[in-house]
Amino acid sequence: MNLVLAKNETGRALSDLLAVAGDRLPGAGAIADARRQAFDAYQRAGLPNRRVEDWKYTDLRVLMRDVLPLAATPDAAALTRAGRALKPHAIEGVRRLVLVDGAFAPDLSDVAGLEKGLGIRTLRKTMEAGDAPQAQLFAPDTSDAMVALNSAMMTDGLVIEVADGTVLSQPIHIVHIASGAVPAAMFTRSLLRLGKSAGATLVESYIAAEGAKTYQVHDSLVVSIGDNARLDHVRLVEDSREAFNISSAVVSLGAHAHFNTFGMTSGASVSRYQAVIAFAGEGSQVETNGVNLLNGRQHADTTLFLDHAVPNCASREIFRAVIDDRGHSVFQGRIIVRPKAQKTDAKMMTRALLLSDEAEADNKPELEIFADDVTCGHGATTGALDEGLLFYLRARGLSEKEAQALLIQAFVGEAIEQIASDSLRELAISAAERWLAARS
Amino acid sequence: MAAVQETVDRVRRIDVDQYRYGFETVIESDKAPKGLSEDTVRFISAKKNEPAWMLEWRLEAYRRWLTMTEPKWARVNYPKIDYQDLYYYSAPKKKELASLDEVDPEILKTYEKLGIPLREVEMLEGVVRPEGERKIAVDAVFDSVSVATTFQKELKQAGVIFMPISEAIREHPELVKKYLGTVVPTSDNYFATLNSAVFSDGSFVYVPPGVRCPMELSTYFRINERNTGQFERTLIIADKGAYVSYLEGCTAPQRDENQLHAAVVELVTLDDAEIKYSTVQNWYPGNSEGKGGIYNFVTKRGDCRGNNSKISWTQVETGSAITWKYPSCILRGDNSRGEFYSIAISNGHQQVDSGTKMIHLGKNTTSRIISKGIAAGVSQNTYRGLVTAHRKATGARNFTACDSLLIGDRCGAHTVPYIEAKNSSALFEHEATTSKISEDVLFYCIQRGLSQEEAVGLVVNGFVKDVLQQLPMEFAVEAQKLISISLEGSVG
Amino acid sequence: MALLEVKNLQVRVEEREILHGLSLTVNKGEVHAIMGPNGSGKSTLSHVIAGKPGYEVTGGEILFKGENLLEMSPDQRSSKGVFLAFQYPVEIPGVATMTFLRTALNAQRKARGESEFSTPDFLKKVREVAARLNIPQDMLRRGVNVGFSGGEKKRNEVLQMALFEPSLCILDEMDSGLDIDALRVAADGVNALRSPERAMVVITHYQRLLNYIVPDVVHVMSKGRVVKSGGKELALELEASGYAQFEDAA
Repeated sequence: MNLVLAKNETGRALSDLLAVAGDRLPGAGAIADARRQAFDAYQRAGLPNRRVEDWKYTDLRVLMRDVLPLAATPDAAALTRAGRALKPHAIEGVRRLVLVDGAFAPDLSDVAGLEKGLGIRTLRKTMEAGDAPQAQLFAPDTSDAMVALNSAMMTDGLVIEVADGTVLSQPIHIVHIASGAVPAAMFTRSLLRLGKSAGATLVESYIAAEGAKTYQVHDSLVVSIGDNARLDHVRLVEDSREAFNISSAVVSLGAHAHFNTFGMTSGASVSRYQAVIAFAGEGSQVETNGVNLLNGRQHADTTLFLDHAVPNCASREIFRAVIDDRGHSVFQGRIIVRPKAQKTDAKMMTRALLLSDEAEADNKPELEIFADDVTCGHGATTGALDEGLLFYLRARGLSEKEAQALLIQAFVGEAIEQIASDSLRELAISAAERWLAARS
Repeated sequence: MAAVQETVDRVRRIDVDQYRYGFETVIESDKAPKGLSEDTVRFISAKKNEPAWMLEWRLEAYRRWLTMTEPKWARVNYPKIDYQDLYYYSAPKKKELASLDEVDPEILKTYEKLGIPLREVEMLEGVVRPEGERKIAVDAVFDSVSVATTFQKELKQAGVIFMPISEAIREHPELVKKYLGTVVPTSDNYFATLNSAVFSDGSFVYVPPGVRCPMELSTYFRINERNTGQFERTLIIADKGAYVSYLEGCTAPQRDENQLHAAVVELVTLDDAEIKYSTVQNWYPGNSEGKGGIYNFVTKRGDCRGNNSKISWTQVETGSAITWKYPSCILRGDNSRGEFYSIAISNGHQQVDSGTKMIHLGKNTTSRIISKGIAAGVSQNTYRGLVTAHRKATGARNFTACDSLLIGDRCGAHTVPYIEAKNSSALFEHEATTSKISEDVLFYCIQRGLSQEEAVGLVVNGFVKDVLQQLPMEFAVEAQKLISISLEGSVG
Repeated sequence: MALLEVKNLQVRVEEREILHGLSLTVNKGEVHAIMGPNGSGKSTLSHVIAGKPGYEVTGGEILFKGENLLEMSPDQRSSKGVFLAFQYPVEIPGVATMTFLRTALNAQRKARGESEFSTPDFLKKVREVAARLNIPQDMLRRGVNVGFSGGEKKRNEVLQMALFEPSLCILDEMDSGLDIDALRVAADGVNALRSPERAMVVITHYQRLLNYIVPDVVHVMSKGRVVKSGGKELALELEASGYAQFEDAA
């Protein structure tokens, strides 16, 4: 039935995308076939709209007004602009990997002197070489239309391998930069595989060069965390206010593994981050936290799906949304506990703070429980800043804006403080401060 | 662990066939021809001697229904319903009753077996009435028609209209026309539209301004005939400053085939009025293999149309093979209040998808949702609820607590809340938990001398207490018994 | 010039008049006690002086150091030197007490055109005051008042009073929820802050508090007015005979 629904302008234009850009996509033979299959899957599902339960609050038929052409390979001028944009977001002591307009930019990246146990290739080269197992590249077995579209159109990204027992000394920082000379769409996918007892930290940033025109980011991240391995992950969406960002993450954890992830969206016009996190081995643990900081007419959707398929795993979710002006924040958190997943301990808390009468917050925390010996719960609140707290702060000399800022920082702090590493936490705090500073 | 294992084993052996109300009443009945067409609609309307406007209303709904498709979003699975293989009208073959004495004695016996007082004489004489017990006026609906409404005279003195809706259409057309379909429009949803076309009977209540209804009003619904759908329609209006408490009970005989029940209930409260609507739903749930049972697809909605008005839904859902119902409140009037208290118990192969919608439109409206889901056997029990505050609904408040209890490891308990705030002054709080009965608590009780089943009963009753307290006293006792009975298979 | 002059103050809350023409003059160096039964309007007065929203001033004026206080926002009043010790200090989860103290102190100083405290100077000052009030360092790291006992919350209020050095301190039912030991610690803290440059208004229902903070002037409020003023002995008189005698006077 979705075929019919997809037949609006955007849907039609997307249907032509593969035909128009097909010859620019890397990979031949089996890979090209897999692309075709993924595209068919996308077309069967159609452009997500409010009738698709998972996309109820983010109707792309309304929000994604046009389809932009596939971004051109960045030229020297684009790389210069991207380099300039990179500066304020550069982090000390990390291994930086930069994608400009959806293509790997070696000159802005740091691929020299890889430590032992770390392997980095680009997705484009991996596809062109055709030597990676296809199941790995096209791994996400999901019926989601936008993941399928990403599979069909992906042009570049990073393929990172961390060998068994290797604990990386430096975080990896993947920076997506839109150079923005002309309106364009980019389709990227990165793969990260952590071997047994490996450890890594991954930071992802989404930014734009100054004066960037409207652009569309279609990104996906496929992660596999081996037994006893640990991944710390922070993603910061600070795209331009005209950007459209649909990103998906598909994560699977082995036994006794640990995944600590935090996402913050303060940029982009329309964005959605959807993550599927699956427990495949017992005794593992996930903390997934996030913040939406929105104003103007921003729309940001965070949709998390925690799949407790095996026993004895724990998950914690803390989500905070601060919405000003006519912003619209969506949080959907689904926890499924499958029949064999006894002793699951899963908790989720989502809170929204509305700063304006025209702001909107939609929360859908969902529990699906098929095992009895579990501790599961969720909570959700929506409200304005507490008048009593505001008055107390003002009675102590803070101006209205200062008092609000302090309370907002405390509010999002509850999610930010779950980030395990001090330096990453600082990174998130400064991104929040940038948003607050821009507000007043 | 051993103690719990025993419970689980018993759940597996569950014998839902112990359904207490599963007997059949053998009477002759007057049926419409099988199947659904414009002629069926005309047949029903003619049987009821309805005015032309009512027939037109039904036909319009029927034509609309033909263009609609069955909703699929609920977490329930059932084979396709053949709407042409059902009877849409069935009435005990003796009509135009002048008094209770003319009711078929078999039907009276049925209600006696169900413990429902139809003979007001008995009630009035009430030799052994416990002190403080209130009078309850009853409207009994048997298959498609109302068979008896008690205490009519006393209610009339108070100015309260309580009668079968089929009579109200004839006797109070101005009230029916003014309110029918204004809360649940004929186009609302597949089952409500079907109901609008073929509803046969149900209750009508009108409480005039300033009147506090002198007694509880009650309707008992019973599906008796084979292959018969029951489509009752209830309309309750509390005029300015009025108050009424209404109770609804449902049973059906044990049958191998599934029976369809698609009711519509509309409530309207004007300024300062209050309606308290309580349901104990105990339709036949099907047998231990999941065969038979009622498909309960019900649309219940209240409209707090006036300022300072209040609508409160309390439900104890233990029956039906499939339950699909979301008693809702439209909080239109300023300062209006909506409440939803629910106990939903599923055992055997039952599937429940139930919850509420609180739609905040007026200023300073408040709502409260307390939902207790208990899943046993291989049942699936879903709470689905919507809380929404519109732009202009300043000062909206909601508190929601939904807790689920799992008995055994083959059932499922799910929570699907939708929380939508379009207004910064809205304050919403939602919390949900899922757990099983603590083994420590069970052991503690058993160590103090309780049997396994008593211990589980104790814990379950504690779990649902908040909601039971909302029921009128007589119903609370009945509901408590019912809860034990419905979990009987699971705990002994 | 008086420090605080309240003249014929009339205040409404949601259409109901709570204060019906209250007048009060407080000079530098003085400690005034305002006593009265529940509902006499004591807390309303403290809230209106501090500028809490939700009160409608329908008549009269409040001058502070000769300036019209009613035209100022709550934070302006704070920077000018008005300090309200809350009856129920709020809990602010996620805002560390230390962060809060520094933010507030610097906001006040900035508003007065003074330089902001450097972090070492600030820390030194806080530690000094905290030690005097028997406030453990651990408390300063926690969220403002989060998980504090009643006594700890009140000591935190006194800590702020000492740190911000206001010229007018209004203590709203400082003794509520405190046992005798906690009360003594808090009162000692307050007494240490008495100075010729600073005035205090102590609002209380019970005489008990005034054994520890001895006032210069005692006012009795009833039904939204000051019905009697006198020396500290008036408080003892009230303790003996109760408020009933003033109910009619109002």
